[in-house]
Amino acid sequence: MIDIYLAGIGLCAPGMLDWASGSAVLRGEIPVNSELPKPAAILLPPAERRRSSQATRYALQAGQEAMNQAGLPATQAAVVFASSDGDGENLHHILESLAQPAHEVSPTRFHNSVHNAAAGYWNIATGARTPANSIAAYDDSFAAGLLEAAVQAASEYMPVLLAAFDLPLPAPLHAVRPTAAPFAVALLLMPEPANALARLQISLESSTEASTTMPQPELESLRCGNPAARALPLLQAVASGLARRIVLGWGDNNLVIELSHE
Amino acid sequence: MTPISITHYTLTSALGHGKAATLAALQADRSGLRPNDFADAPLETYIGRVDGIDEISLPRDLAGFDCRNNRLAQLCLELDGFAAAVAGARERHGPKRIAVILGTSTSGILETEHAYRRRDPASGALPDGFHYAETQSMHSAAEFVRRYLALGGPAFVISTACSSSAKVFASASRLIQSGLCDAAVVGGVDSLCSMTLYGFNALQLVSSQPCRPCDPERNGISIGEGAGFFLLEKHPLPNPLPLAGEGAMAGGDLINLAPFAPLALLGYGESSDAYHMSTPHPEGLGAALAMEQALSRAGLNPQQVDYINMHGTSSRSNDSAEDKGMQRVFGTGTPCSSTKGATGHTLGAAGAVEAAIACLSLEHGIIPGTCNTQTLDPELGSAIQLQHSSRKLRRVMSNSFGFGGNNCSLIFGTQP
Repeated sequence: MIDIYLAGIGLCAPGMLDWASGSAVLRGEIPVNSELPKPAAILLPPAERRRSSQATRYALQAGQEAMNQAGLPATQAAVVFASSDGDGENLHHILESLAQPAHEVSPTRFHNSVHNAAAGYWNIATGARTPANSIAAYDDSFAAGLLEAAVQAASEYMPVLLAAFDLPLPAPLHAVRPTAAPFAVALLLMPEPANALARLQISLESSTEASTTMPQPELESLRCGNPAARALPLLQAVASGLARRIVLGWGDNNLVIELSHE
Repeated sequence: MTPISITHYTLTSALGHGKAATLAALQADRSGLRPNDFADAPLETYIGRVDGIDEISLPRDLAGFDCRNNRLAQLCLELDGFAAAVAGARERHGPKRIAVILGTSTSGILETEHAYRRRDPASGALPDGFHYAETQSMHSAAEFVRRYLALGGPAFVISTACSSSAKVFASASRLIQSGLCDAAVVGGVDSLCSMTLYGFNALQLVSSQPCRPCDPERNGISIGEGAGFFLLEKHPLPNPLPLAGEGAMAGGDLINLAPFAPLALLGYGESSDAYHMSTPHPEGLGAALAMEQALSRAGLNPQQVDYINMHGTSSRSNDSAEDKGMQRVFGTGTPCSSTKGATGHTLGAAGAVEAAIACLSLEHGIIPGTCNTQTLDPELGSAIQLQHSSRKLRRVMSNSFGFGGNNCSLIFGTQP
C-alpha cells in the first residue's frame, strides 16, 4: 500500500473552470453546465504559448492551479502527465500532410507531436529540471498516472504533480475514438501530511469490485466519456469532505484509494 | 537503491535478431544501416531496418493488434527464450504480480498513416477495419505485450520521445520496491513510419549518409527501428542455487524467488532540460543532472563507471551537449561510445536497445566502438572510442535524451 497526501487540485473542464467552481458542482451546490474553459496558460512565455496546443494549455492550466493552491514552487515537484490520446488536433494535421504527395510536415507540429509535449512545455515554462513523465494507458490512463505519481512521491520522498488530460479528437479520428468533452485535472501529491487536503492510501487489488461511479447522470457521462474524467469520484470525495473508498477499474486489477481527511 | 535483478533480456535492431547476432556485430564494428528502402518515405538517407517483420503473424486472438510495431514486439519477445522466461516468472509470482511498462514514441502510427490515404472521398471517414485502440493508441504496445505474455499486472506505456524506454526502468524499479509488484517486463519498441522520417527531415536532423556520431563532419541522424525487453525481479536466489525441487516442493518462500541473476539495474536518474522542445541544453545541464542522480542512487562515484553508452545521435547539438554533460560529471577519462552508427536511432526503443547493449557489454567484456565515425570532433573532450575493445567491465551507464528536454541515465552492473 502507498500512503500519500493530496496538497493541491487543479481542474479545467466543462462547467468546472477551476477547483473552486468544480468542487461546488461536485457538492451539488451549483448545477452541472457545459460552459467550456478557455485555458490561457499564462505560465508559458509568449513564443511557447503561440506554439502550444489546446491540449497542452488544458494540462498546464490545471497543473498551475494545483501548484498555486499548495503554494509550492514548480521547481520542487516532479511531474507525471497522463493522457490516452495526447494532442489529437496536431496529430490529425500531421497525418493529413503525410497523406498528401508532398509529405510536408511542419517542424513545429512534429516537435509538438511527442506524447510528452505538455511535460516539455511545463518544464520550459517553470524552469523545473525535475523528472518529467508522460504516460498512456488508454481508458485507464488516470489510474496509471496516479499509480506512477503516488509511487514516485512515496519512494523518492518528493512532491509529484499528476496532470491527466484528454480532449475530443477531430474528425475522422473522433469516429474511431470518441471523447465526450475536454477534461484536465491535476493533483499535487506529497509524502507528508502538512497542509494536506486529504490522505490517500492506494493499493492494487483483484478486480472483484465495480468501479466507483458518479451519482449525477451528467457527471457519470463525463466520467465514462473521457479517460481523464475517471478522476471525478476521487474529486467528489475530496469536495464532500467525507472518507470514502474509491475503486478505479484497470484491466485485471483495481486501483483502490482509501480517502480520508485526517 | 537496492539493485533490481535482470533475470532475462533480449533485443533486436538493424544489427540482427537477438543477443548473439548483436554481440557478433559489435565485435566486428559492423553497422546495420542500409540505404533507405522504406517505401512509405523514400527520402535520401540511411535507415536501421529490422529484417523479418513482414513475415510475423500475430496470434489469432490478438489479430486486431496487427501493425508493424506489434509485429516487431512479437518478433523480439520470441528471441533468446524471453517469452519462455516470462512464463517461468508468471509461475513464480502469479500473472497479476508482474507489471508491463514499455516505451514507444509512435506505437502503431504507420497503420493510421495508411488509413489516412484510404479515407472515404465523400465523408472523409477512415476505412473499415482500422483499429485505433489496438494500433494507433500509445497504449497498444503495452496491452499487446501484456496479453501476448498472459500477464495481469498493471500495464502502461511511457512515451517521452527518445528517453521513453529508459524511463521504464525507473518506474518499474519504484513499483517493485514499493511492494505493489514482484516483477516487471520492461522495454521498448519503435518501428519505421513516415512521420518520424519526414518529421526529423523537416527539422533538418536527418543525414543523407550513414550517421557518424561525434565526427566533425556529422550532419544528422539515421532513423532506425528496434525493440528490447527485460525481466526485472526483486529477489535473486543465492549462488549456488539450492538443490533443484527443494524450494518448490517446500511451498515456502523459495518458490517466489527468481533465479540468481548476474546482472542488475544499480541506479537511474531522470531530469528535464527546461530549455527547448527539440534542442538540448547547450551545456548539457539536464543530461549531467540525470547522470549525477543515477550515480547517487547507485551509491557510486564517477570513477566506478567503466563505460558509458552515449545517447550519441549524431546531431551536432546532441553530441556536443552530451559531451559537455559527461565532462561535467566524469571528467575526460571514462571510455564512452555511441552505438547509433550501428543500429540507427531507434527513438522510443533506443533506451531499451542500448540498455541491452550495456548488458551485453557487461556480460562479454566489450566496449563497443562508434561505427561510421572517421575522426573525432576535436571540440569534444570525452574519451570517445571509435573501435571496440575488450576488457572486464563491472558497471556501465546508458544515456537517453528526448524531445521536450527529457533525460534519463541508467547504470547496470554485475552482481557479486
